[in-house]
Amino acid sequence: MKTWVTMVPPLHRRDFMAELEQKTTEAKAQLDAHAVDIVKWHFSPETGCSFWLDWAKEAGWDPVKDIKSFDDIIAKFPHFQDEWLRDLQPEVWVPQEFEGQPFNIFETGGTTGMPKQRIGWNDYKVDYSEFSDTLDDEAFPRNHYWLMVGPTGPRRLRLAIEHLANVRGCSCYFVDLDPRWVKRLIGEKQFDQAKAYMEHVVDQATTIMKHRKVSALFTTPKLLESIAERCEEEGGSLYESGVRGVFCGGTTMDPQYTRFLCEELLENKIGFVPTYGNTLMGLAKHKPLTSEDKYSITYYAPQPRAVLRVVNPDVTDEPVDYEQWGRVELTTLTKEFFMPRFLERDEAIRRAPIDIYPWDGVAEVRPFGALTKKIVEGVY
Amino acid sequence: MINIPVLRWGEPYESLETDEVIHHRTGEVLAKVGQANPGLLARDMRKAARAREVLREIPIKDLVEMMKKAGDLYLNATLPLGDGQQSPDDFARQQSASTGLPEHMCKFNMEKNHFVLNNMDQILDALTRGLDISILERGFGVEDRGVPVSYQAQSPVLGMVLPSNSPGVHTLWMPVIPMQIGLILKPGPQEPWTPYRMFAAFTEAGVPKECMGIYPGGPDMGAETVSRCNRVMIFGSTQTVKNYAGNEEVQVHGPGYSKILLGDDVVDQWEDYIDLMADSVYKNSGRGCINCSGVWASRHTEEIAEALAEKVGNYDVKDPTDPEAGLAAFTVPNQAEAVWGMIEEGCEESGTTHVTAKYGDRLVQMERCDYIRPTILHCDSPDLKMSNTEYMFPFTSVVNCPQEKMIEKIGGTLVASAITNDEAWAAQLTDATNIDRLNIGPLPTIALNWLQPHEGSIVDFLFRARAYQTPDERLQRLCNAS
Repeated sequence: MKTWVTMVPPLHRRDFMAELEQKTTEAKAQLDAHAVDIVKWHFSPETGCSFWLDWAKEAGWDPVKDIKSFDDIIAKFPHFQDEWLRDLQPEVWVPQEFEGQPFNIFETGGTTGMPKQRIGWNDYKVDYSEFSDTLDDEAFPRNHYWLMVGPTGPRRLRLAIEHLANVRGCSCYFVDLDPRWVKRLIGEKQFDQAKAYMEHVVDQATTIMKHRKVSALFTTPKLLESIAERCEEEGGSLYESGVRGVFCGGTTMDPQYTRFLCEELLENKIGFVPTYGNTLMGLAKHKPLTSEDKYSITYYAPQPRAVLRVVNPDVTDEPVDYEQWGRVELTTLTKEFFMPRFLERDEAIRRAPIDIYPWDGVAEVRPFGALTKKIVEGVY
Repeated sequence: MINIPVLRWGEPYESLETDEVIHHRTGEVLAKVGQANPGLLARDMRKAARAREVLREIPIKDLVEMMKKAGDLYLNATLPLGDGQQSPDDFARQQSASTGLPEHMCKFNMEKNHFVLNNMDQILDALTRGLDISILERGFGVEDRGVPVSYQAQSPVLGMVLPSNSPGVHTLWMPVIPMQIGLILKPGPQEPWTPYRMFAAFTEAGVPKECMGIYPGGPDMGAETVSRCNRVMIFGSTQTVKNYAGNEEVQVHGPGYSKILLGDDVVDQWEDYIDLMADSVYKNSGRGCINCSGVWASRHTEEIAEALAEKVGNYDVKDPTDPEAGLAAFTVPNQAEAVWGMIEEGCEESGTTHVTAKYGDRLVQMERCDYIRPTILHCDSPDLKMSNTEYMFPFTSVVNCPQEKMIEKIGGTLVASAITNDEAWAAQLTDATNIDRLNIGPLPTIALNWLQPHEGSIVDFLFRARAYQTPDERLQRLCNAS
């Protein structure tokens, strides 16, 4: 039996710290260079998009000249407004380089009214190809079959997962879940309907699992619970159904819940890969869980293409100290999309760089204000 | 500081998420209680049948004896609690510290629980209306009068979503184990003490630990308990009661709106009953659903309100360790302020008078908790907003209402103490379905006879009477064999 919570081999602490410091410095230098390139790209008339070029005309400063590091982006740009992604037509975000090339339109959120939209071409493939390198072949066998049970529709995730499966020589089955409908049902206290919809989704998922060979499952925590429960009600288990690896994300997974998933549903036999991502960022990778982590999950952004900071919610220019809670701020830095300092509707603990991801991490992500107000997360 | 684990069919489970139970005056952390995620219960419920099976291996008469022993242990013994030990004095101190109830009232509640456990045989006899207990064990049998009967358990376990503010409610679930039904308890965040001490006492007395689970947690844990147990008891507001109306799987205990009704035949002698009224309002900190929240009469209501205010208006806040302390603290931040705001707003309505105003400020705010001193209002009509309200402190509205309109106007009433010798009116009160517990005569609302059902019989809730036909020879053979 393979245990997925493993001990990291002890290293000589002084050597380790020096090495980590070196890696962190190198990663920062790489980020600075990347930030300068991306700003130059989006704010140069020959390559940039009309939104940022128009914005710069009103800004009173020249991003191409004045941005010399990532810290300059934080110091000089205001927070990106999500209304810009709702109110403006998608073509304003097309960089000159991509002019004339049809683009994907991906949506995020949007329980009611106009959703936020982000356009893209290849970014999701870059993120997910890179993500594939972090996966264990034992848990996510190559040349096999996956099942995604979650939001497809206009979300980037659906194409991204299929791409990830394909990169590994796999094909993927899909069962859709419309989170907007679930949030609406829960918001209107139609709990019976929400439950019935979840059952409908689980029915479809377990039918595929019964009749097809599926070794990897991509789903939300609540759906994972329901799918596992259904398997067990029918006398089996996720493992006995052939599942060897699970990607899980979309809603809060605190340490106790993570432990519950690993120990009780996955029986410490199924590989567990928690994910944190969205249409605006891409996919963050998690620090492989060790016994020292006590099931506290830390995610690291796909830097330098995206940067996550944990900031003081009241003074959002300031990062919080390590191991302190704050609001998650996202900066996306790709040639397809530039989005500085977007305040996510999430809060997290700021975690220190680690060897494999030598930049800040965000841990125990949960909805912003989760302790003080009721948040509708639903099954999604 | 004690660490208290989740109990999964009696087995401790150290959750990675804990909730601190805090002393309402000092801020001291009294305990860290492991928090269960709903999925744990969902999985454990697959083994719920086992809880009843292990209990059915023990005859009810033996379980009743275990209850008596458990009652003594609960009252007198030092028992294990999480990673520590708890003496009876520790228990009263801890319960007082987290719930705000004065210590002597916590000790009184211990006596009450002890009484129920110690008299379990009589209580079961009363609740089953004298049923031969072997019929409950076997599921069928023949009554003394020769009639075959069958009672079928509707669930292997009873779920209880318990409140934080009223330790008195625990008596409701005590008869469950001797009826060979398991228990799933979701304690109130501030009152984990009784469920865990009862578990320790039960198991020490010989009850198999596999028949009980304790799952502390947030509101989602309460919702999971309701959705997973075929029979569940919850405590909540009038709205909660409405939400579950007609749901035979859920028994909701809502606000009491308990009242004293003075008949026209005795109302001119109201002074004879003023102590009874004051006791009903004030005793046990006025927090219970059986405490009086309304005194209704057709005349003399202003004088009654003044006399009640004189009786209780001067009671002041005392330290919870003071044997004379009569008020319980509001330990939830801002709750007392909000309650007092509602009362002040209600008093703005013409015809409503705050009678205790002359005895000083009612709202007493402290660093970590607040109090509201006893409050008496006078309402000159039953149609006023404040004529039928209830709060978790000594509070009563004295309401002017003609006797012939009282039954209609009092609305849902948990305990009605009707002081009257008018048998015609008593007969109408007996038929009134909006009254649960009816006292006819000079009885305080808080006087409970434990041999009587409370908001429906728990036996009827857990067991269904049904037809069971079999040849007489088999019936006799099986019934005589046990």
